[in-house]
Amino acid sequence: MTLNDWLFGRLTVQAALPFYSAIATAAASIVVVGALAVVVLLTKFRLWRPLWSEWLTSLDHKRIGIMYVVLALVMLSRAVVEAVMMRAQQAVSYDSPGYLPADHFAQLFTTHGTIMIFFMAMPFLTGIINYAMPLQIGARDVSFPLLNSVSLGLTAAGAALMMISLCIGRFSTGGWSGYPPFTELAFSPDVGPDYWIWAVTLSSIGSTLTGINFAVTIYKERAPGMHLFRMPLFCWTALCTSILMIFAMPPLTVATALLALDRYAGAHFFTNGGGGDVMNYINLFWLFGHPEVYILILPAFGVYSEVFSTFSAKALYGYRSLVYATMAIAVLSFTVWLHHFFTMGQGANVNAVFGIATMLIGIPTGVKIYDWLLTMFRGRIRFAVPLLFALGFILMFAIGGMTGIILANPGIDYQVHNTVFLVAHFHNVLIPGLLFGMLAAVQYWFPKAFGFRLNEKWGRTVFVLWTAGFLFAFMPLYALGLLGLPRRTVEYFQGAYRPWTLIAAFGALLLLLGLFAVGAWLFVSVRQRDDNRVPAGDPWNGRTLEWSMSAPPPEYNFAVRPRVTGRDQFMRDKLGGMAYLRPDEYEDIEIPLGSAVGPLLGIAGILCGFGLTWHIWWMAAGGLLLSIGTVIARSFVRETTRIVPAGEVRLQHEAWLGRLAMERPASRDQEIAPSNRGLALADGS
Amino acid sequence: MNEKHDFASDLRTYLVGFALAALLSAVPFAAVALHRPRAQVLWLLIGCGLVQLLVHFRCFLHIDLSEQKRDDLQLILFSVMIVVLMVGGTLWIMGNAHRHMM
Repeated sequence: MTLNDWLFGRLTVQAALPFYSAIATAAASIVVVGALAVVVLLTKFRLWRPLWSEWLTSLDHKRIGIMYVVLALVMLSRAVVEAVMMRAQQAVSYDSPGYLPADHFAQLFTTHGTIMIFFMAMPFLTGIINYAMPLQIGARDVSFPLLNSVSLGLTAAGAALMMISLCIGRFSTGGWSGYPPFTELAFSPDVGPDYWIWAVTLSSIGSTLTGINFAVTIYKERAPGMHLFRMPLFCWTALCTSILMIFAMPPLTVATALLALDRYAGAHFFTNGGGGDVMNYINLFWLFGHPEVYILILPAFGVYSEVFSTFSAKALYGYRSLVYATMAIAVLSFTVWLHHFFTMGQGANVNAVFGIATMLIGIPTGVKIYDWLLTMFRGRIRFAVPLLFALGFILMFAIGGMTGIILANPGIDYQVHNTVFLVAHFHNVLIPGLLFGMLAAVQYWFPKAFGFRLNEKWGRTVFVLWTAGFLFAFMPLYALGLLGLPRRTVEYFQGAYRPWTLIAAFGALLLLLGLFAVGAWLFVSVRQRDDNRVPAGDPWNGRTLEWSMSAPPPEYNFAVRPRVTGRDQFMRDKLGGMAYLRPDEYEDIEIPLGSAVGPLLGIAGILCGFGLTWHIWWMAAGGLLLSIGTVIARSFVRETTRIVPAGEVRLQHEAWLGRLAMERPASRDQEIAPSNRGLALADGS
Repeated sequence: MNEKHDFASDLRTYLVGFALAALLSAVPFAAVALHRPRAQVLWLLIGCGLVQLLVHFRCFLHIDLSEQKRDDLQLILFSVMIVVLMVGGTLWIMGNAHRHMM
């Protein structure tokens, strides 16, 4: 072994630099230039220190939540651009190789899927839950604030590996599910699958820890009187999602770990020879993969429940049935994973059982849809942006759900499996059922987080572009799928596909505009922030506890822990004239001090993952030692919390109550006018 | 209830648990040492393992049917259900695929 091998492993200039296609070079340059621009700007405005001490090392669940959402939005931009590139390729590749080399196209669909699931959807929903759930149950923080920061660090490390893979070396070409034997050494000897393995492993460990953290928080940190059946529905969906995370992420970690053993240690778990069996991988992967679908979708269901109830000015219809439906979905999600591989070779009886179980999930989901419709029935509906997303969701998700029921029939699945029909189906459930929900949540909770409302017009533009873009991009894929176009096709020779791929490319273009509109939405809103301030904290005439405090909330959330006597406690208080009361006494509040453990473990994760990917063993070992050392060093830190004295809490709370007394209550007609300063005229039911 | 009594009853629970756990480990070891592993021996091993699980829950983790342990018990039962679904389902699927593909 030469010194060069020892120092750089398999990393050589030739293998590393992205000069295999002009487009890859351009993409890598954009990432490098973007990263440099961020560094320059941070230096120029002297933001490194505040970024480190107030954000990266913060253990405040609200800040961690916001960082998760920022990560999700960054990764969303990359994955949307990749999607547009793929649709553009298919639009021009009739009887021609198109503009993308096949190998590059394969990397694109792999990174698109991996990013959208692990580094867009998961961080997005984790961020939203992180922000809203503790406020809704009346908690001061999550149960394990440090663990929360560690989860973020690990997830961000996985995302960083994804970005590094764009510049150094190539990513896997094996699809987001990484099926062996293709991802085994025999067929993918390069570093691509290794990047995939370590990025996904880091994020799956982060998600498992997050799941534990959220579940314990909901079980242990609820305010006095907040019985489980008094929780806002979003908390119920957060609870079910967390439990799914705890049970569903480990099979993925096991699957990727075994695949790593195959690739690194010459094991034969999933190889063709040596006694390996690919089907074990497929089974393990979907044992994770199906519950994952519900991990993604349940929080959005929770957001929609809050949105329908708030913007219809009515209590949620059928609260209990919604809770039971959520639980039923969570349990049933563990009984259907085989429908992802009906064609793997097991018998018809097995397929039938799992097909029927799959169709059963339609029942609780239907219950939910009717409950939401009945929540709006005879309500005073305001067509605010979150409600628009929610309405779009109901219409489009119903179609996506229907095609799911169609696919649940093994006979039909044999016909259309591995075609773009399937691609159309899961985008049809995930875009309305996840992304719309998260965007609605951003519009809904943004004023709480930052103290000003987002621009309503741009919000509507985002909604229109994403809805139209989605319909144009994915409805043609149903037709294409029935015509037999296989998914992940780089080039085709069947003229009948051509019109549909063109329409889909047009839709993708609209989605790209939608992405830009999201940027404009945030940019314009920040520019106009002084017209839209809501310091009183309740811009939507909200029903749940998070609206009962200032916007943005103090670090300790509640000056005095609320006492809960029923559902929609804040609405009860407002109607009964019991909101914004001056408490008799305040008490000292203990809050966690910031800690560098989370970011350090993230850096250790990047070093370890990168070292393993390129066989740079000193770096991998260094990363591992750094993580162990960090944890040991942390155990010597004696001072982990600080006390906010009761006097200070009193001062802050009274200052806010004083400001509140000067605000004029806004009626719902003034909701999007500057006169809505976050104090709502109490009406509703 | 005084502290002394608490301590004595705790100690008794732990000792009973220890004795049962030791017995339930000794029996399978003896069975394997004395016989060649056969189907019945394997079933004995599985049975002893499952009973030992219950012993641990009851004696060491203090899970019982009382009202204040209801939450913990529900979580354990839920976990058992999910594990049964996942492991049982996997065995069924893979066994079935094995028979069809051989």
